[in-house]
Amino acid sequence: MRPFKTVTSVAAAILQTDIDTDIIFPARFLVTLDKKGLGKYAFYEWRHKRESRDTFVLDKEPFSGAEILVVGEKFGVGSSREHAVWSLADLGIRCIIAPSFGEIFYSNCFKNGVLPVTLPKDAHAHAMRAAQLGETLHVDLITNHVAIPGAEAISFEIPADRRLALLNGLDEIGTILADHEHAIASFENRQRQSAPWLFSDTDF
Amino acid sequence: MSAKGKTLYEKIWDAHVVAPLSDDASLIYIDRHLVQEVSSPQAFDGLIERGLKLRRPDAHIAVPDHAVPTFDRGKTDPLSMTAKQVARLEDNARRFAIPYMAMGDDRHGIVHIIGPELGFTLPGVTLVCGDSHTSTHGAFGALAFGIGTSECECVFATQTLRQSKLKTMRIEITGTLQPGVSVKDVILAIIAKIGTDGAKGYAVEYTGDTVRNMTMEERMTLCNMSIEAGARIGVVAPDETTFAYLKGRDWSPTGDKWLQAVEAWRHLPSDPGALFDKETSIDVTDLAPQVSWGTTPADCVPITGQTPVSALIKDQPAQERVRQSLQYMDMPEGANIEGTPIDQVFIGSCTNGRIEDLRRAAAIAKGRRVADRVHAIVVPGSEAVRLQAEREGLHETFRQAGFQWRQPGCSMCVAMNDDRLKPGERAASTSNRNFEGRQGPGGRTHLVSPEMAAAAAIRGYLTDVRTMMR
Repeated sequence: MRPFKTVTSVAAAILQTDIDTDIIFPARFLVTLDKKGLGKYAFYEWRHKRESRDTFVLDKEPFSGAEILVVGEKFGVGSSREHAVWSLADLGIRCIIAPSFGEIFYSNCFKNGVLPVTLPKDAHAHAMRAAQLGETLHVDLITNHVAIPGAEAISFEIPADRRLALLNGLDEIGTILADHEHAIASFENRQRQSAPWLFSDTDF
Repeated sequence: MSAKGKTLYEKIWDAHVVAPLSDDASLIYIDRHLVQEVSSPQAFDGLIERGLKLRRPDAHIAVPDHAVPTFDRGKTDPLSMTAKQVARLEDNARRFAIPYMAMGDDRHGIVHIIGPELGFTLPGVTLVCGDSHTSTHGAFGALAFGIGTSECECVFATQTLRQSKLKTMRIEITGTLQPGVSVKDVILAIIAKIGTDGAKGYAVEYTGDTVRNMTMEERMTLCNMSIEAGARIGVVAPDETTFAYLKGRDWSPTGDKWLQAVEAWRHLPSDPGALFDKETSIDVTDLAPQVSWGTTPADCVPITGQTPVSALIKDQPAQERVRQSLQYMDMPEGANIEGTPIDQVFIGSCTNGRIEDLRRAAAIAKGRRVADRVHAIVVPGSEAVRLQAEREGLHETFRQAGFQWRQPGCSMCVAMNDDRLKPGERAASTSNRNFEGRQGPGGRTHLVSPEMAAAAAIRGYLTDVRTMMR
């Protein structure tokens, strides 16, 4: 996984709250076997609204190259589809700032080198304004801060093990097998005794 | 864990910790994994690229459900992406020796319907699936939650997942439902009450006399929509109803193991003194059938109610969201929801595609006709449900009323096959999500119970099913 240390970029602002993963990645594009090249489907309906004269923020300069998204609360609720994260990552998004996230989406971000930053409402509103003004934000996972020009840096919290995994670009499966293989095998041996009905191969 | 005892969630969590990882997170053992065609191909690819084996083939079941056709299956273009996804799942299942339920097999159906039907879902287990409605299986007293594709790969390779321990929330449900009101109305009312993030960060346990008196199918509908209140996990304590449902099913333990399992399961319910981090309650005695007006499942009112007036909402972003929701839905502000004309009706899904759901819908449809302008489909949740319904003649009841009778799959709940709304069309749907475009780009969804959906099909507009009860 690509490590995440810092990102400095303009930020694309999407004001709406409750943006579910069906909006981020419409279901009909889930008939794919790939996880690369999905950026063209991100926010598909919103980017291709026939009646709308407004160009979607990610298709406007300078935001088409934004590596940061600032979005409304409850971002990524709904379906577990990891395609939502894959498509945003494919567009070059490295960090998403919101007051809150859908839990499965939040977890999926960490598997793909994308940093979800949860900010309290006031701090979030501040970041949103800066994004709308086209200012350059600096997100630093080494110090756990978001820096906005002309303002005090805002700190954010993130689970310690997830932070380390992102900073070092750790491969989760490789890490589990390297560090915990013995513990997993011991667990299985214990559970074969305590709950033998969960193992079909314990039938003789 | 409180000093006074443990909750059901805490008991199962504690029994599955393989290793602590940080202050709040642990490596958790996963007993059961349901695999479907849409969220799994990239996970299998990852496993193959790494050259890893799948750790425990007996802990998985694979089934194509999300995008499968529900009619004219013989005419499917084998070169379509849908057919390729199904073929890939079958190939992967064979390659890694996972049991595979092919379309047409008597055991085929929506993952969350066949898991319980097969007895693959059991009390006390950790169960995952690359699908957010995995919370359904919590009805059995299992820790069941939806995961992403990377996590599916992790389960294939390690049979474990990194998980943060959740806080616990108890939702007590009391009272007897009136005729025409069902569990779908209960869960919609709960979500409307606590909001789409009201249970975020919590494992919800549903308790109370209403829950104790529910059938397993009703408990599944209840737990299914926990995710729409933000909770990845919703559980009901196992009891005699649970054990009676599971006994004799394909994957259920037998003989001495059954006795041993039931004995263990009896210790799962939350201890009497166990403390929850958050509690709420709902009395359903006077609950009316619910219907959604907006684009989140919390946007629900009784069928006798009105759409909101956005100007009365003080919080600015909330006001804006309600305004945009009503605009998308093409609904006026402050208007009666009853009488809203509909174009399509969908009865099915992992929420409401079980035999009891179909029986209740059929009771309304019997001897009546679907309104001329309405296209109505009934999609059983599984082959077992379809076959049972046909034994009872429900398919004839539906057909005679003008409903189409289909083969099982997720169908118009996720609109990945040909079952979908056209732009601007409006549906009464027994599914779980009324998100923008969920049932087709530009489509509009009103979430309702099976009996309310049948009533809407007959009258051609959203209506109070209680006025049609015999």
